[in-house]
Amino acid sequence: MTVTIKTLNDLVRPPTAADSPMATQEYFVNMGPQHPIAHGSLRLVLRLDGETVRQVIPVPGFVHRGLEKMAEHLNPRQIIHLTDRMDYLSALMNNWAFSKTVEKAAGIATSARIETIRTLMAELQRLQSHVLWWGVLGMDLGALTAFLYGFRDREIIGRLFEETIGARLTMNYIQPGGVMYDIRADFAAKVKELIKYLTRVIGEYDILLSGNAILQERLRRIGILSAERALSLGCTGPVLRGSGVPYDLRKVEPYGVYDKVEFDVVIGTQGDCWDRYCVRIEEMRQSIRIVEQLIDAVPEGPHMVMKFGAKIKIPEGMHYGHLETARGVLGVLLVSDGKSDAPQRVHFRSPNFNNLWAITAIAPGWRIADIIAIQSSLDLVIPDIDR
Amino acid sequence: MDGQALVQAVIGLGLGARNREKVDRPALEVSPENLPALAKRLRQDPALAFDMLLDHTAIDWLAEGVFELVYNLYSTVHGHHLMVTTRVPRGSPVVPTVSDIWEIAQWQEREVFDLFGVQYDGHPDLRRLFLEDDWPGFPLRKDYTDEDMLRLPK
Amino acid sequence: MGLMTILAAAGPWPVKTVAARAADALPGSLWLSVAYMAIALLAVAGLVAVLGMGLIYFERKVSGHFQCRLGPMRVGPHGILQTVADTVKLLIKEDIIPQKADQAMHLVAPMFSMAATVLVLAVLPYSPVLQIADVNIGVLYVTAVSGLGVIGILLGGWSSNNKWSLIGAMRAAAQIISYEISATLALLAVVLFAGTLSLAGIVQSQADGWWIWRAPGVGLLAFIIYIIASTAEINRTPFDIPEGESELTAGFHTEYSGLRFSFFFLAEFINMFVVAALTATLFLGGWMPFMIGGLETFNGVMALVPPSLWFLLKTAALVFVLMWFRWTFPRLRVDQMMRLEWKFLLPIGFVNLTAAAVLVLFNAYFFSGR
Repeated sequence: MTVTIKTLNDLVRPPTAADSPMATQEYFVNMGPQHPIAHGSLRLVLRLDGETVRQVIPVPGFVHRGLEKMAEHLNPRQIIHLTDRMDYLSALMNNWAFSKTVEKAAGIATSARIETIRTLMAELQRLQSHVLWWGVLGMDLGALTAFLYGFRDREIIGRLFEETIGARLTMNYIQPGGVMYDIRADFAAKVKELIKYLTRVIGEYDILLSGNAILQERLRRIGILSAERALSLGCTGPVLRGSGVPYDLRKVEPYGVYDKVEFDVVIGTQGDCWDRYCVRIEEMRQSIRIVEQLIDAVPEGPHMVMKFGAKIKIPEGMHYGHLETARGVLGVLLVSDGKSDAPQRVHFRSPNFNNLWAITAIAPGWRIADIIAIQSSLDLVIPDIDR
Repeated sequence: MDGQALVQAVIGLGLGARNREKVDRPALEVSPENLPALAKRLRQDPALAFDMLLDHTAIDWLAEGVFELVYNLYSTVHGHHLMVTTRVPRGSPVVPTVSDIWEIAQWQEREVFDLFGVQYDGHPDLRRLFLEDDWPGFPLRKDYTDEDMLRLPK
Repeated sequence: MGLMTILAAAGPWPVKTVAARAADALPGSLWLSVAYMAIALLAVAGLVAVLGMGLIYFERKVSGHFQCRLGPMRVGPHGILQTVADTVKLLIKEDIIPQKADQAMHLVAPMFSMAATVLVLAVLPYSPVLQIADVNIGVLYVTAVSGLGVIGILLGGWSSNNKWSLIGAMRAAAQIISYEISATLALLAVVLFAGTLSLAGIVQSQADGWWIWRAPGVGLLAFIIYIIASTAEINRTPFDIPEGESELTAGFHTEYSGLRFSFFFLAEFINMFVVAALTATLFLGGWMPFMIGGLETFNGVMALVPPSLWFLLKTAALVFVLMWFRWTFPRLRVDQMMRLEWKFLLPIGFVNLTAAAVLVLFNAYFFSGR
């Protein structure tokens, strides 16, 4: 079997006269890696015919730090540091994904308090992530004020995290065996205040952007992704749910205390950008609902069942764990040879990496401005793509 | 279908699948030649209906001289998971592509090609993904050396 | 009506614009004429500088407060000197011209944008005694000259040798040329009412009431169309597609830096002022105070405020509205913007113009005559 290996230059070639029957030329432009769309360092090579996009060639790798290679030389507690830095807007959920894989592999049982705290923190972080996504979407589409409102609210939640966890971005909080620090006595009161504030403010955001005719024109019927295509393209999270597939790991394979709280899985109907937008807005409300149910019902117990210095013994074999982050399914494949502290192989099934591929399927035929809208609605965080 | 019943059902299809030990979920092993046929059957059989390729990656077993390619499948219809693995020799790692069955495989296989050097026969656009097109070597291999970028702990 | 013209006529010197003085002095003494022209130039240059600094500071403060933050606070009390600092920075910045750019066009492009703006500043009636030149074809002149701005954008985008700039320039050309038509149709309605193209004459014709409410419905509709079309003319959100920040980096002025970038930048802000001033002149009575027929004490108090302050207040209110648009709305896509113009604004504008003609024919105004 001979396999041909290509390079980027093979795809990006200067246009020739034979390209289009209307005697226009197609041309290539680079969107990124440096671009005012503050998504991160992602390079999208667009093949354009006037304003219409014919092909999108994503070129990731600008934030590739080799986390998986690093993880082969670190013990599980150290790997948690690496997971923070993938999808940094869902850092706690990344921590949790790795922790739960290690706990399942090593047979560590956690307490109900630990699981409740983890669920609470994860939902608060989901709120934080979605609020920021909303702001960035507003900025991408031209409503710059939305960006500042999104960041303001992210700061408020971040301050809450800082008081308990000590960090605002790279949390390193959920470890195998529990959480690093216990929640404080005033945590519940502060969260309740936050919920009151957020409920009011999300209503305002609905009036400001969701009800705006221009925004709806920019998002409705744009970038339609059908359910079958979304499944085949490996999309998960709000992208998949916006196309109508009710796949939410919190309901399908509950972890934490998700099976003890009531919330709805939000799905869209058409799979356009507007559906993905509405799914995330409604998910914010569902997250608030979950937090309201849990905040007064945190059971007593230890916040960490293992001693910090204790070695974690992972038996030989392949172990897999996954959970639903703000952007989709984050899976962790942990391969251990049973002897050394560091795993033989760690692989992160990152949601953003798989969601990115959808843009090559959705984009052709739309205009440049629609690519921006589509990319915003996919809600990509670049370090997660590159790891 | 739950774990063991699923594995037995797929083995019973007679497409060369064997049980793969030491995995915490239903897992099979198959040889590279049988992979496309098995994958197609897994996708299209209504009792199995694995419509999502959640993950595809590789593991470098330096001591045994093989790459083990891992495919994590999920069915939204039935709600069951299955892991399919295949082994290729490190010396000439060529395996047929499954990108005609699950579109996402095209992207995931490029990542494995970029980081391990596994070549996919029939892949429509096999290029490196994260690294430059002319990068020497494949970083996630256990025997990868790079004086500037890689310093292993003693 | 009578109060303002009476006041003006009773002043110690005759009301005569600088341009008129220059023209009168020309056959007699060349130097006097040139002196008057120099005064006019200085006045416009001063206006540009002051307006530029004021408007940019205003925008930063307004945008800051909309975004729940304070805006510039450090440079000078409440950040008043911020724009001075920014101007100094822009002036001493390196002027970069890309190597493969079309050098001559690249140098000249910002001048066109600036020229278009400045030429209109010269004909606005700031008060009954303050007007640099009163062209008797005022509205026609304004429409023609503001079209020069497109050339600046097109040249800038083309000469930069940058695909993104080119896309921005092409979009700008389509946008500005389309919306000029709607803007002109709205202006024509007012010209029909006033019976004159001269801007000073249009202001005088509003002595019985501002055209926005004196012409039943038609004036208001023309005002709305004019505001929308003008926002598109000056490339402000929701029509800032040519420099769509999140798409095209900075659109047609990506490759500009230093002084010549500041020309584009200033031109945009002063365009905003010009548009607001024109709207105020045509629809809101220019320098005329707000009076209600019959309330003599109220009118007396209103007349105490100097007319130039009235002009400034009305213009400032409209500038605030334009800034409000920018910081609230997302931006339209190119084809949506074109569709808005050609399929909505233009037909409405035509119908409005016909209705205006009918109004004029039957003299069917509110508060007519006194």
